[in-house]
Amino acid sequence: MKLQVNGAFHDVDVEPDMPLLWVLRDELNIKGPKFGCGAGLCGACTVIIDGQAVRSCQTFASDVTTDVRTIDGLAKGDTLHAVQQAWLDEQVAQCGYCQAGQIMNAVALLENNPNPTDADIDDAMSGNLCRCGTYPRIRAAIKRAAATKVEA
Amino acid sequence: MGRLATITRRTFLVGAAVVAGGAAFGYYKYQQPYANPLEGDLAEGESTFNPYVKIGTDDTITVIAPRAEMGQGVYTTLAALVAEELDVTLDQITIEHGPSSPAYFNEAGFRDGAPFAAFDRGFVADAVRSTLGVASKFLAIQMTGGSSSTIDAYDKMRHAGAVAREMLKAAAAEKLGVPAASLKTEAGQITDPASGKVLTYGEVALDAARRDPPSDVTLRDRSKWKILGRSQPRRDMPAKVTGAPVFGIDVDLPDMLYATVRMNPQPGGGMTRFDDSQAKSMRGVKKVIAIDSPYGKGIAVIADNTWRAFQAAQAVEIEWADGPGPRSSDDVSTLLDETLATDDFFSLRTIGDPDVAFADAPREKIVEAVYDAPFLSHAPLEPMNATARVKDGVLDIWAPNQVPTVMKMVGGRITGFEDAQINVHTTFLGGGFGRRLEPDFSDYAVRIAMETDGRPVKVTWTREEDVSHGPYRPIARGRYRAVMDDNGLPKALVGSVASPSVIAGMVSRIMPGITPAGPDNTLVHGAFDQPYGIPNYRIDGYKLPLKGIEVASWRSVGNSYNGFMHESFIDELAHAGGKDPLSFRRELMKDYPAALAVLDKLEEISGWNTPLPEGKARGMAFTLSFGTWVGEVVQVADVDGSVRIEKVWCVADPGQVIDPKNFEAQMMSGIIFGLSAGINQKITFADGAVEQSNFHDFDAMRMSQCPQIDVAILENSDHMSGAGEPGLPPVMPALANAIFALNGKRVRRMPLNEEIDFV
Repeated sequence: MKLQVNGAFHDVDVEPDMPLLWVLRDELNIKGPKFGCGAGLCGACTVIIDGQAVRSCQTFASDVTTDVRTIDGLAKGDTLHAVQQAWLDEQVAQCGYCQAGQIMNAVALLENNPNPTDADIDDAMSGNLCRCGTYPRIRAAIKRAAATKVEA
Repeated sequence: MGRLATITRRTFLVGAAVVAGGAAFGYYKYQQPYANPLEGDLAEGESTFNPYVKIGTDDTITVIAPRAEMGQGVYTTLAALVAEELDVTLDQITIEHGPSSPAYFNEAGFRDGAPFAAFDRGFVADAVRSTLGVASKFLAIQMTGGSSSTIDAYDKMRHAGAVAREMLKAAAAEKLGVPAASLKTEAGQITDPASGKVLTYGEVALDAARRDPPSDVTLRDRSKWKILGRSQPRRDMPAKVTGAPVFGIDVDLPDMLYATVRMNPQPGGGMTRFDDSQAKSMRGVKKVIAIDSPYGKGIAVIADNTWRAFQAAQAVEIEWADGPGPRSSDDVSTLLDETLATDDFFSLRTIGDPDVAFADAPREKIVEAVYDAPFLSHAPLEPMNATARVKDGVLDIWAPNQVPTVMKMVGGRITGFEDAQINVHTTFLGGGFGRRLEPDFSDYAVRIAMETDGRPVKVTWTREEDVSHGPYRPIARGRYRAVMDDNGLPKALVGSVASPSVIAGMVSRIMPGITPAGPDNTLVHGAFDQPYGIPNYRIDGYKLPLKGIEVASWRSVGNSYNGFMHESFIDELAHAGGKDPLSFRRELMKDYPAALAVLDKLEEISGWNTPLPEGKARGMAFTLSFGTWVGEVVQVADVDGSVRIEKVWCVADPGQVIDPKNFEAQMMSGIIFGLSAGINQKITFADGAVEQSNFHDFDAMRMSQCPQIDVAILENSDHMSGAGEPGLPPVMPALANAIFALNGKRVRRMPLNEEIDFV
């Protein structure tokens, strides 16, 4: 099957029920999306498809027909995406393992809702687990990114 | 010396570990440094000055930060210690974890194994700490844990930077024909102010590294610091916001295979037979093998893709043998009661004569309560994994791990290789929390790599395999009793705590066959060592004789359950005495200025004395753990009969803070990790196996539940102490105490959601 990831097309030969996560990680060596639970419970594997945050561990690769955006393609060259920059500015990450998923989820949130309220942020982000407890700084980073975009 | 002799005659467990490790004592030997492990593996043009510094002729400056970066920021903070004295900026250095080596042994972590309260700085306590410090060098364990990394590195790594700087200056002085003392160093350059000549470190590195290191360097006073004491941007942050492949699970090697394991769900149980006929026929499956390890019995599937290995592992039909452990959580509960009914306990600190105080006490002056804490999984978000390769007589292990020298030991035991034939590559860790001190995931990977004809194999566990297999934070039950005096203060307090020994478990897993006896300090940490001036006081530790279920260090170890029990009980005593919980503590801690300052600050920032509207309440708790004095206030609100955790205030005094913003992050992290456990988490047993398997039944705090957290840092304590764990212990009791203040319900059993609904 053909798979488009971050704009590039790939030919992959996998079972139709192989989750997108494992096609990305083990077949295409795209390591941004992380494996955390395999059951759609933690959000570490979050990618964006058709503008929506999607759990790649719960998505059959064969069901994907449009471009898959992963964190690996988020920055433009050396220029970080506004959300990544906000994460840097707020010094969000600790172990960092969940952050690829958190950032992709936040990107999808802000693309759909450029000025989220606190409740919008909590609702959108509660599927993304962080064991290190970076939630307070994630909230701050999302607000910072939202403010940056409004100014820009 | 009588007390010292008595203490050292006892086999306390860190001592047992030293003996089991084959350590032989001798001051001469102690004085000899370990060889510099960087010597044998230098790049072209690169020189090494000591185990922490490499400089290339191209001005590449590499600093070794030999502790696991598992979120706590050591990668940056340890490098900053070297950079401060080496006179380089943080952004001009390359930071590496470096090889597994005894040169990176952790002394501070072992000194903390002494059976004394952190505030006991008397001769005996310090003598035992020194003995353990010496022992740590012979044991030579490179370990990240016990909130010890920065303390251990504080002098060593600043010294390493200063020595290298002086060697560079000496080489430059010779080249320029001027006295070294006249030269200035800054940002990797040496300047001669008289002539204006400038040399880079790289230009003199080869000559400098050949010189004898000076023995008389003086470390700079705090007032001269440019990097330390200020918040620094974390050097691991760019990789972590771009999804870079920095974790163990991201390891990618040419010709690599992928595997997973499926082990007996009953801890300690064997495997009777397995049928892999269906699994072997599945696409991509190379091999199915039996795993017979000291850490578990089961199967591994080796395939060409992780998901295919997962699928095939489920398709293997396996007949398991029962484990030797309890069949159910009720059985464990019975064992806890039976153990507390014995008189087989240890006490590390007795004040006054509590037994007499109780014998004389009128019944109405006695307060009693029993508290429970469950088994807990660590569940770091990166599932357990390791990659191994056995090729041409060399074993390589790539693993996110907290104890590389033990990984090496395990690899040697399985392969029969000598140390020199084994390389351990420590990646970033997607969380550790104590789980990655364990040898099991590397052990399995090495066994699997023995079956792949020299091809590297990455072994990834499913989340289900992680949650349903230990080692776990141990279960604990605490029975507390106190006698109140006529002024509403406790005259006597005795706590009896039963829990399986974490240290005995860890020692026997690192060195199978060794079963350490004697007291385990960690079992009573967070209780026996608290700064309360109660005239008759004793905490008794009961080691639970639990078979089968393995227990481990889990962030803050014994403090994680003792903090809950001890501080819930102190709150109950405050109410029994008719006193405000904060004022009550102030009266009891009057001899400890650091504690009083924490209480004052906490009172101020939390607005403790400002009344809250109806339907809101505050609770507080205090725990001194890993030497850090921490008080926390939790504010809760009633939402239609459920509880919302609105705010947490934290005041922490670690004596000295190297990076304030990172320290704040660690306090927040401990608080959220503690709240996750306090509101949600438990591991239970049925039919001899664990009942939980993934985040649906072992969930952690979500963003929608996360309170606002304010952290204030004090630096009054006279000893520098840790950050990774001390934020955790007070938060669970502060929450339980807040709930009591809200609705009068005293919850004595964790997790609290068994009795309380949380929003």
